[in-house]
Amino acid sequence: MSKEVKQGQDVQKLVRTLVEDLGHEKAELIPILQEINDELGYISDDAITELSQLMNIPTSHIYSVATFYRMLSTEPRGRHVLQFCESAPCHVAGGRLVWQKLQRVLGLENGETSPDDKWTLLTTSCLGVCGVGPVMIIDNDLYGNVTPEQVPDILSNYK
Amino acid sequence: MKATRSMVLVSGDPESLNRGALDVFSTLQRELANFGLDEEISLTMVSDIHKSGSNPLVLVYPDAVIYGQVSPADVHQIVEEHLYKGRVVAEKQVPPYDLSGKIAWLSSRKGTLPAENRIVLKNVGLIDPESIDDYIINEGYEAIGTILKEMTPEDTINTIKNSGLRGRGGAGFPTGLKWQFVKGAKGDKKYVICNADESEPGTFKDRLVLEGDPHAIIEAMMIAAFAVGADEGYVYIRGEYGLAISRMKKAIQQAHDYGLLGKNIFGTDFSFDIHIHAGAGAYICGEETALIESIEGNRGEPRTRPPYPTTAGLWQKPTLVNNVETLANIPAIIRNGAEWYKSIGTPSSPGTKVYTILGNVNVTGLIEVPMGITLREVISIYAKGMKNGANFKLAQTGGSSGSIIPASLQDTPMDFDSFNKAGVSLGSGALLIASDEVCVLDLAKVLLNFFREESCGKCNPCRIGIKRAFEILTNISEGVATLHDLEDLNMLSDQLYNLSNCGLGQTAGSPLHDILAHFRAEVEAHVKLKVCPAGVCPMSGRRAYQTV
Repeated sequence: MSKEVKQGQDVQKLVRTLVEDLGHEKAELIPILQEINDELGYISDDAITELSQLMNIPTSHIYSVATFYRMLSTEPRGRHVLQFCESAPCHVAGGRLVWQKLQRVLGLENGETSPDDKWTLLTTSCLGVCGVGPVMIIDNDLYGNVTPEQVPDILSNYK
Repeated sequence: MKATRSMVLVSGDPESLNRGALDVFSTLQRELANFGLDEEISLTMVSDIHKSGSNPLVLVYPDAVIYGQVSPADVHQIVEEHLYKGRVVAEKQVPPYDLSGKIAWLSSRKGTLPAENRIVLKNVGLIDPESIDDYIINEGYEAIGTILKEMTPEDTINTIKNSGLRGRGGAGFPTGLKWQFVKGAKGDKKYVICNADESEPGTFKDRLVLEGDPHAIIEAMMIAAFAVGADEGYVYIRGEYGLAISRMKKAIQQAHDYGLLGKNIFGTDFSFDIHIHAGAGAYICGEETALIESIEGNRGEPRTRPPYPTTAGLWQKPTLVNNVETLANIPAIIRNGAEWYKSIGTPSSPGTKVYTILGNVNVTGLIEVPMGITLREVISIYAKGMKNGANFKLAQTGGSSGSIIPASLQDTPMDFDSFNKAGVSLGSGALLIASDEVCVLDLAKVLLNFFREESCGKCNPCRIGIKRAFEILTNISEGVATLHDLEDLNMLSDQLYNLSNCGLGQTAGSPLHDILAHFRAEVEAHVKLKVCPAGVCPMSGRRAYQTV
């Protein structure tokens, strides 16, 4: 998820292109926000202001939507986002110990980003791959049957 | 599709793809051509076959041999030895009993397990989900053809009503009746929505259908649209299901190319088109009015009902919302008739149910069996017993919004009415099987934490009640609660049920009720003796939250 930080002109251009491609309809708001989130790594204030003008939707509404959905973020995130499934099936399959290990190794609590901007640690609800729990996703890579012992090895794959 | 001597399937679920299934597939293509076998052996990438840890898999039919953890380097040997010379490569073989999910059905073909009854998952794992021709050759789009040629919307609705099909999203509402409401609703514009926002923890049946047989959903939505008089449809797929979204997109494009979607389908007056809306991560959007709000570009907060979506749904127009599994039954019912469907399952809940089996059992995965099977049967037959011979303590059904079912109910037939009578709920079909090692209090804490995170916050009983219940549970797990707290939990459970605006809050209290009804002694041990019998809870004596 390593994104170069885009600002000012770039963000405006991105938002304009997206609105042109997907349309001004309010129904397109969430798809557009998803694209912005993918491109920038999060939804910046600049992007919300620009979007509000182009789509004629109040910034308050856009902000309320952007903060509602788990896959959208209004805060910058680390270069790698680790999402750990905290639902019951993964919990029963040994997820509790993996989660404790992750917190210890990264030195982060749920929702925190490391000072060097490398990691953001999040819990997530069920990812639908419960047959191989405990499950976690780093960026777009899925890891199943994770044990606490594997945690340092898996993390060391990410620079 | 040509007649072939053997069929080779490569697993294409997300995990397999991660582990290089595409490389295996292309190497197989090359090697088959090298041995001149590409004419007589078909090669297909199929969706999830679901074997934990052994992906990617290569399956050879009709021999029903499964190779696991196949790398491109193994392909030459498999092709030369097995497909060319006919000798199974034993060292790469994975035993079927070791495999889960899909494999219960594979094993049944080999006669080692009782047969499942596959309607919803008929094609899943057998056909190439990215090929419309594969679907068509397997009776695909036959049902919609029959309907457009020979049936009226009334006939169609009557067939679904007579079949007794009930919604598989969890509530069990009669599907035919819902269709009739939408058809009867006034309005020049109507919508059909497929609810594929599958977020119940432990449930992944809808994902398998979407990834493995997307055209079945398109056909079912066409039938529904014809019956209720809609010309536009949405598939609301949760955003985390990337592969399902791309397969569905591809299927819709193919259906367009074949003239199955668009204007005046098959030269009739019937026009229909489908859009995909990807969710952005919110459990609550599985609730149908929240889902509709989300499509409209709003926060996914459930509406106040009535009016129900059947009269005022998407953009305030009459809207039919059906779950993926419900829809996947429709083409088969039209093809084979209502009487055939009623002959499967129990009288009040006909048909099959797809269950995901999870937890402390030997085989986890997915089965499709007739309604009315018991938990004991599921555990002993399909799950191959408890792991390490442990005792069966409880099953948690239907993701988070189901029930905690004690061992004493393991002989109750699993259908909507029998479970209602026993005061428990079938939910979405996840069966989380837990042994003695699991603490009920810890489990309830995890479930309530889930609801606490996922509550949309619109109504107070849900937002505040769940948080308070979680705090009390945490205090109990720390050994600092009083018996009075248990009464508070009971009260919160009732208030959540009675006062919450939507299903999330209404069911959030059921774990509280269930643990107090069935496992009171274990909960009281935490309170009175400051002991967690399963040895799971921290019991630190540290007060985490203040009691009022």
